[in-house]
Amino acid sequence: MNKEPLLQVKNLKKHFPVKRGFFNQVVGQIRAVDGISFDLHQGECLGLVGESGSGKTTVGRTILRALSPTDGQVLFRSDDQSYDLATATEDTLRPLRKHMQMIFQDPYSSLNPRMTVFDIIGEPLLVNGVSDRSEREQRVQELIIQVGLKPEHIRRYPHAFSGGQRQRIGIARALALHPKLIVADEPVSALDVSVQAQVLNLLQELQSTFQLTYLFIAHDLNVVGHISDRIAVMYAGKLVELGTTDELFRQPKHPYTEALLAAVPVPEPRKSRNRALLSGEVADPANLPSGCVFHPRCPYVEDRCKTEVPKFREIATGHLARCHLAE
Amino acid sequence: MQNQTQTEIPSTPSSIISDSNTDKTSSYTASQWQLMWWKFRKHRIAVWSATVLLVLYLAAVFCEFLAPYSLSFQDTSYNYAPPQRLHFTSESGFHLWPFVYGLKGQRNPETLQKSYQEDLTQKYPIRLLAKGQTYKFWGLFKMDRHLIGVDSGGTLFLLGTDSMGRDLLSRIIYGSRISLTIGLLGVSLSFFLGLSIGAISGYFGGWVDDLIQRMIEILRSFPQIPLWLALSAALPSSWSALQIYLGITIVLSIIGWTGLARQVRSKILSLREEDFATAALLVGASQTRIMWHHLLPSFMSHIIVSLTLAIPAMIIGETSLSFLGLGLRPPITSWGVLLKEAQNMRTIAFYPWLLSPAVFVILTVLVFNFMGDGLRDAADPYER
Ligand SMILES: Nc1ncnc2c1ncn2[C@@H]1O[C@H](COP(=O)(O)OP(=O)(O)OP(=O)(O)O)[C@@H](O)[C@H]1O
Ligand code: SF4
Ligand SMILES: [Mg+2]
Repeated sequence: MNKEPLLQVKNLKKHFPVKRGFFNQVVGQIRAVDGISFDLHQGECLGLVGESGSGKTTVGRTILRALSPTDGQVLFRSDDQSYDLATATEDTLRPLRKHMQMIFQDPYSSLNPRMTVFDIIGEPLLVNGVSDRSEREQRVQELIIQVGLKPEHIRRYPHAFSGGQRQRIGIARALALHPKLIVADEPVSALDVSVQAQVLNLLQELQSTFQLTYLFIAHDLNVVGHISDRIAVMYAGKLVELGTTDELFRQPKHPYTEALLAAVPVPEPRKSRNRALLSGEVADPANLPSGCVFHPRCPYVEDRCKTEVPKFREIATGHLARCHLAE
Repeated sequence: MQNQTQTEIPSTPSSIISDSNTDKTSSYTASQWQLMWWKFRKHRIAVWSATVLLVLYLAAVFCEFLAPYSLSFQDTSYNYAPPQRLHFTSESGFHLWPFVYGLKGQRNPETLQKSYQEDLTQKYPIRLLAKGQTYKFWGLFKMDRHLIGVDSGGTLFLLGTDSMGRDLLSRIIYGSRISLTIGLLGVSLSFFLGLSIGAISGYFGGWVDDLIQRMIEILRSFPQIPLWLALSAALPSSWSALQIYLGITIVLSIIGWTGLARQVRSKILSLREEDFATAALLVGASQTRIMWHHLLPSFMSHIIVSLTLAIPAMIIGETSLSFLGLGLRPPITSWGVLLKEAQNMRTIAFYPWLLSPAVFVILTVLVFNFMGDGLRDAADPYER
């Protein structure tokens, strides 16, 4: 691993205003992402895990500047230079965009149904200066083979493909510009279980072939466990735990991580852990609980948890957790 | 989108591809418009309606040629003549080609009411491409051929005549040119206004959007007909026929665009959130490219549907305004103007055929709506 991280996210925040009434007054803020920091090294895969609504997608989109962050820094290294994506203008961003791409959760809405596969995968090339059609065609053929589809598929429209095949098309589009960083936003969660493994394998192969760096978003630890080097656990817009995959699975430091682990199916059912399954509602990012945001659902809750906000502390080397009790 | 079951089977709606002459693989490479056409084609009533509409609009285009009489024709000796029947049989047996009898008018000496009888001694066969009154086709070419007509001496009032002895069918055909185009023109104007204002609103967002939306809400909170009435009453009476025509079109579209602008705006807002638009942004596509290549094609079909459904409202608008004397006025001939002449109980009691323009209004509105229904179903061929 290089010393300089490819991506450094510092105290990233994204709040959405809540508007009401005839004049659209702002009546509150949804704190979808509320101060997130992590580093991502070249060639690494960081898993980002959390329940639905915890803000994972918003993190991914804010980093790639599909959304403008409310606050914080997103430092991206390119050609030995560091750019702050959070504040970069659209003109600065444009040339950087080809280094970072996204794979979407929904294989249906992510492909324009009115464009052929050739036009979809060729668009990144076209808008980045590959104006020669035959050159584009050749490159699209290469890409489509790399993701396991057939060259004759490129004349077809997305409606001719299954979910898994569509996701492969989306992956080909993301690869077209030789990106360094790929944000994969739950790339398999909309797919059939039988297809999930195939697409995961493909992503893993591509990572080693092209030395890709992944921010791999998922809502359960099961999926990210296989592919990630490190895992970040997110709850209500904040990271609650960050550590290597091994350590996180062996010694979870945060009660929320524990609960997520309990939901992971274990090969031998009899040895299954004490199922500390989650109860209660996910915290509402428009109206966060006081103190530790997890306290209404935490089995170990103490009095101070309700008032004192726990810090994101390093418990062991490279292993951070946001809990008063963690040690 | 929650309960999709995904197997490695393509998701093409089977309703589209089960068509006889479109097999599965050809649907794989079928574009949006092809898929839409396949889907529309299955909607029987819509296809029939489209055909009827085509005929109506062709009639409007070629009205000088189709109408048996020209617009200036009048013959007071034949006023309030009832519709003449086409006959196939006479005392001499069955005729392959239809004919009409001559018309004899008599005034009742007591009531002064005129009544007409068929003069069984005179038969006038219907002639195709008959020589009749001269007219200028599209105001350009001098011609004297009419699609149908009778030899001179006879009359052909298939829908009767009015108080001045003008042929109602001819006037309805001429009126269709005004009534049908005012809808098209009004909708084009609304389309232009709605699309540009809606796009500005949806695209810039923020206070621009707020302002435009509030303006639309206020405009829409007025009841439509009284607003039309007020606006058209404000048109100066010194205006020429053409100016009035354009003025009424503008009045009609002043309300029409608001609905369209709203639809455009909400479509843009929702499409911008679609992942494929984000994907285009992330690969470095410019805002204009996203707008033209991703957003516009995606809502074009929906816009066409709304336009189709907006036209009948405008046709009714013109008819109502003219009927109330606030829209078009003679010498312009529109369906509304024709109906205004049928505006009293006496007419309805004695000369019911003068109400026949209403039949055309109803027919047009119905077929537009049926066609719009078919288009609406076909507009999103990708829905799952
Ligand atoms: N454009 C937006 N405007 C307002 N609120 C938003 C917007 N996008 C997301 N949110 C809110 O932010 C919170 C986080 O959403 P996000 O989609 O990032 O969650 P997620 O972890 O990706 O969930 P999922 O697993 O369902 O994809 C949610 O409460 C969501 O309602
Ligand atoms: S700080 Fe308290 S409430 Fe929060 S996770 Fe730790 S024990 Fe639970
Ligand atoms: Mg998400």
